[in-house]
Order: sequence, then C-alpha cells, then structure tokens
Amino acid sequence: MLRFIVRRLIQAIPTLFILSLLVFAWLRSLPGGPAAALLGERQTAESIARLNAAMGLDQPIYVQYIKFLGRIFTGDFGTSTVSGDPVMAEIRRSFPATIELGLCALILAVLFGIPFGYLAARRRGSFFDNATVISTLVGVAIPVFFLGFLLKYIFANQFRLLPPSGRYAVGAPDITGFATLDGLLTGDLAATSDALLHLVLPAAALATIPFAVIVRITRASVLDVMDEDFVRTAESKGLTTPVIRRRHVLRNALLPVATTIGLQTGLLLAGAVLTEKVFVWRGLGWLLATGIEQRDYPRLQALILLAAGVYVLVNLLVDISYAIIDPRVRVGR
Amino acid sequence: MPLLDVRDLSVVFKRKGTAPFTAVDNVSFAVEPGQTVGLVGESGSGKSVTSLAVMGLLPKRGAHVTGSVNFDGTELLSLSMKELRNRRGRDLGMVFQDPMSSLNPVITVGRQISEVLQRHRGQDRKEADAGAVAMLDQVGIPDPARRVGEYPHQLSGGMRQRALIAIALACRPRLLIADEPTTALDVTIQAQILKLLADLVRGTETAMIMITHDLGVVAGLCDEVNVMYGGKIVERAERHRLFAEPRHPYTHGLLRSIPRLDAPRGEKLVPIKGSVVDNIPWEGGCAFAPRCPNALQRCRQVMPELEPEDARHLRCHNPVQPAAVAEGRAER
Ligand SMILES: Nc1ncnc2c1ncn2[C@@H]1O[C@H](COP(=O)(O)OP(=O)(O)OP(=O)(O)O)[C@@H](O)[C@H]1O
Ligand code: SF4
Ligand SMILES: [Mg+2]
Repeated sequence: MLRFIVRRLIQAIPTLFILSLLVFAWLRSLPGGPAAALLGERQTAESIARLNAAMGLDQPIYVQYIKFLGRIFTGDFGTSTVSGDPVMAEIRRSFPATIELGLCALILAVLFGIPFGYLAARRRGSFFDNATVISTLVGVAIPVFFLGFLLKYIFANQFRLLPPSGRYAVGAPDITGFATLDGLLTGDLAATSDALLHLVLPAAALATIPFAVIVRITRASVLDVMDEDFVRTAESKGLTTPVIRRRHVLRNALLPVATTIGLQTGLLLAGAVLTEKVFVWRGLGWLLATGIEQRDYPRLQALILLAAGVYVLVNLLVDISYAIIDPRVRVGR
Repeated sequence: MPLLDVRDLSVVFKRKGTAPFTAVDNVSFAVEPGQTVGLVGESGSGKSVTSLAVMGLLPKRGAHVTGSVNFDGTELLSLSMKELRNRRGRDLGMVFQDPMSSLNPVITVGRQISEVLQRHRGQDRKEADAGAVAMLDQVGIPDPARRVGEYPHQLSGGMRQRALIAIALACRPRLLIADEPTTALDVTIQAQILKLLADLVRGTETAMIMITHDLGVVAGLCDEVNVMYGGKIVERAERHRLFAEPRHPYTHGLLRSIPRLDAPRGEKLVPIKGSVVDNIPWEGGCAFAPRCPNALQRCRQVMPELEPEDARHLRCHNPVQPAAVAEGRAER
C-alpha cells in the first residue's frame, strides 16, 4: 500500500510541472507582459522598464522560470494589487472558509447521495425511483448561482429560517480559522451552532450537483452489479440479504462512485466561486472572483496553482480509496 | 424415495410487450442419493433454467414457475424466501459455468468460502477461515494457506473453478448442481475438473446433477442421462444403454456428432442439421420434426408423450430402431 502511494505521488510530479509551465507561459503572454498587467492603467514606458528590472523580467526566460519555481516553493506569490497584502497571507486567511464550505457540501452530497442512489436501484421503477431520477436531472441542470439565490430568497428572505449570507454573526475568537471548530475549541457552542446555521444554505447550494451526480452513478452502478454472476453465486450460498447487499453488491458498486466523488471534488472548486459570491462567503472563491474583476494577477496565479495542487491531491486520495476497495488495482502492475 | 423429485416443472418467461416464452416445459426427473444424473442438450434447451428453478434462483419478476420440486420430502417451490436461504448452500450447492464472473472480484477466495461456513455451520470467523483452507486443499489447490488470502484475479481459470467447487461443497450439501462447469476452461483443465468432481462425490451420499451440452462429459460421470430438447425431456436412460443404443433421433444425432473412442476407425462425424428453434412449437407436433430424419406425417400433427419403452423413457413417434443404430455404424 505504501509503495502504491509513493508511486502515485511520484506520478503526480510531471502533472504539477506542466501546470507550472502553463501558468508561467500564461503570465508571459499577457498584453505588454506581466509588468504592464501589474501596473494596469498607471503604466508608463518607464515604470514598466523599472518593474521589469525589479522583477527580473529582463533576464533570459529560463532563468525567469527557475526563479518563478523558486518563489512557488518558498510560497512567495508577491502582493495582491487589490488589498496590498501578501497573496500568501490572503490565501491563508480565506482557506479555512472554503475548506469548511467544500467539505460540508461534499459530506452532504456523499452522505445523502449514496443511500438515495442505492434505494432507487433497489426499487427500480417505483415512484421513489422515478422521483429520484427526475429530481437529479433537474439538480444537475440547475445553475448554482440561480439555486443559491432561490434558496436564499425562500429560506432567508421569505421565511427567515436561516441567515442569508456571511460565515457568522458573532464569531468565536479566531484560533484555527474554521468557524465551527473555533467555537468548539473555546467551548462557545453558540458560536459553533451559529456558524453551522450560516453553512446550511451555501453548502446545500454547492452540494446539489455532486449530490445529483452521485445518486445517478450509484443507482446505475448498483443496478449493474445486481445482475452480476457473483451476486447469483452469493444467493446460491444462502447468504442473508443484508450480507449480500453489503458485502457483495455495495462494495463492488462503490468503485465507480469513488471515481465520481473525486471528479466532483475537483468541480466543487469551480462551484465554490459562484456559491461564495452569492452568499458573500469570504473564501478562496471570493478571492478569485474579486481577483478576476480587478485583474489581480499575482493573486490569480497563486490561486490557479493552488487549485491544481488540490486537484492532484484529491485524485491521489481517490486512487488510494480505489485501491482500498479494489484489490485488482493494488496488486496489478 | 428419491432425494430430489422434479414433477411437471414448467418455467414461462413473461415480459410486458413480448409473447410468453416457455423455456422449460413439463419436465419430470428424479435423483437418488449418491446418484449422478446428466441433463444434456443444445444451447437454449432449458438446462440452466431447470437448475435455477430447482435452486429458486430465477428472477422473481417475469419468471413463472409451476409444478413441483420435492427435496427430501420438502416442497421447495412453496418455501418462503427465508426457508429457502436456509437450504441453499447447506443442502443444495451449485457450481456455475463461468468461474471468473461467478466469483466476487473484491473479496478474497478464502472469505468467499468461509462466509458459507459461518452462515450455515454457525462457526466463528476463525474456525471458518481454517475450514476454508481445508476446503481449498480438498479441491486440489496447492499451498492453500497462501491461496485463501488471494483474490480471484490472482488464480488461474482452473483454480477459480476449483474455488467455486469448494464454495459449493463447503457445507457438504446433499445435492450438487454443476451447470456446464468446464465449458469456459481449456480441454486439459476440463478433464481435471471433471475428475475432481467425480472423486468428490464418488462414495459419498452427495447426489449430483451434471448439466452439459457435451455428451463426452456425461459419458464418464453420469449414472443416468436426461436428454432435453426445446424445454422438454425427449429421452432418459441409464448411461450405458443410452450410449450403446440411442433411440431418440435427437440423441442418435448427438452421438453421431461427437468423436468416440469406441467408434470404428475412419468413422465420420455427422452434425445435426439446423438449430433449436426459438419459440418452442411443441403444441400440435414434435418440435424436432423440422430437423428429424425419421419424421412422419403424424409427427407434425400429434405431440409425442414421454413414455416408458425398451428400458428407458422416450418421446418419439418413430424412434431409431436398435438394428438401425448398428447399421448406421456399419454404413460409415
Ligand atoms: N431470464 C430470462 N428471461 C427470458 N428468457 C430467458 C431467461 N433465461 C433464459 N431464457 C431463455 O430460456 C431458454 C433456455 O435457456 P437456458 O439458459 O436454460 O438454456 P441452456 O440449455 O442452459 O443453454 P446453454 O447451453 O446456452 O447454457 C433460452 O432460449 C433463453 O433465451
Ligand atoms: S416424434 Fe417424429 S419428428 Fe419427433 S423425433 Fe420422433 S420421429 Fe422425429
Ligand atoms: Mg446454460
């Protein structure tokens, strides 16, 4: 198992390398080069030349690239042109908010998606099944920001059941940056429940698409597996229904679901940008959205690299979970 | 009293939008304790459906089963799902055709054996794991202590089939049903698996139903042979009698289409022309008539019944005469 993980880690290196090259090339290809982009409207020929020299942009391209890599490794992404803070500090501040939201959405999607898909498959053709299939179709098709506004309108504005935006009303002292955790750590349960209430709507909006996709994949996969010969063998052994379902059907049916969860986690990053915008959730998506509006290149560059890194990491986790469920992956090759 | 008594078993598949399809049509046969009975016929003749009906493994929706399957005094067809599950794996074991797809790919071979022991023998995990090693050893898998921890994809085809046999026999069932257990295997492995099955049931009380389309398989193994055509049994006889003197034109044709060691040198193989027609036209005639060299006018008007004749059961208006069997041989 350990060898498997190490091998997968090594395989991730070329991916990250190519990504860094792409980001580097993207920065070079901006009109007038990075310096002009950084200076924006205040640029003059002189100021560009000065900044070029300061940033080492007058040096040969490979030297620039190596320096660029060096900065990435030391976490130095420059300063944000919007806030004037170091980009790394901005990211560190916003990271917990996004992780909290994304994790919450993912847990919701998996926790509800797998049982729904499984039950729909067990009752194929029933009212429950048909209702599930149709609502997941709607769930996949509905745009996140529209759903976000809709949820906000119904539950926050009309019925006033949940807060419309933000991460907390009061807020516990900042220890980890995770609003829910900080409440628990300081024993301030009111702060935790307040943070959780604030999480409900954005997490639900963000979870909708992955939930719908997980339901559909689980349903299809369970239906496939129920027709497999080895399930008939299990029946021929006289095993009880719960054992057949758990040990023989579900375990095999989860293989494609694991891959799907990984893909959806990657897409969550994209969904988070829209969700955070709708719910004024000051996380990485919020940083990215405002960064795009203001052409904050240092910030964008850092966020793109971060997203790529997270994506690679998530895929690694998926592969590991796959290897845990499926022995053929573990031993093969 | 026979161990298994199948009477007038019929299976009709009904699906919305399609005509009902009779896959098994009034089949009756019996299996005595310790006896090995063959079920032979071309693809599509209803062998698998018969065995699945006995095991209660047909899909609940769409398959209508009628008749009687009496196992040691218990009517299996009227058992509740729960009672049936208590019997399967304990009294009735089944070996399937395709050993790769019939084993669960994500569970170790040992676990797939031990779970049966836990289920029916009330053993704890440790005992059952030890039992799994013993079973693998018994079905001739070398180094069983290591193999129990392996997954199906790590075993060869022959070993997988041995593992399936170990699963089916783990609780010493009184009836073992083997549905074409060697079809998916290499010829040399086929012989080994057949020998293994024969060795395992010989001298025990375990009865076996051997399903195959290959009369060669039946020849070395079965005490009695049922030949099926189009969902019906057309001839049943003791093995030696059937091979020496096939009376039904279909059986006769089957025997002429396989190579035999006892045949004179230079004898040519004669395949039966045509193939099983899908919807079974037994009503108002003999379903084999379009392919039968002996067909009479009557064969297309009156359905033949399965009747005792010449120390066997036969369903034919114009059977092959014993003299003609010898003649057919001399001819060639
Ligand atoms: N679940 C099902 N629904 C509808 N028809 C079925 C079903 N299972 C089997 N049949 C049909 O019943 C007939 C008999 O099938 P069966 O599997 O018993 O044949 P067989 O004698 O075992 O042949 P083979 O040598 O190919 O295994 C076939 O025509 C098949 O198409
Ligand atoms: S009944 Fe007639 S058609 Fe049918 S097998 Fe006998 S001789 Fe041939
Ligand atoms: Mg079959």
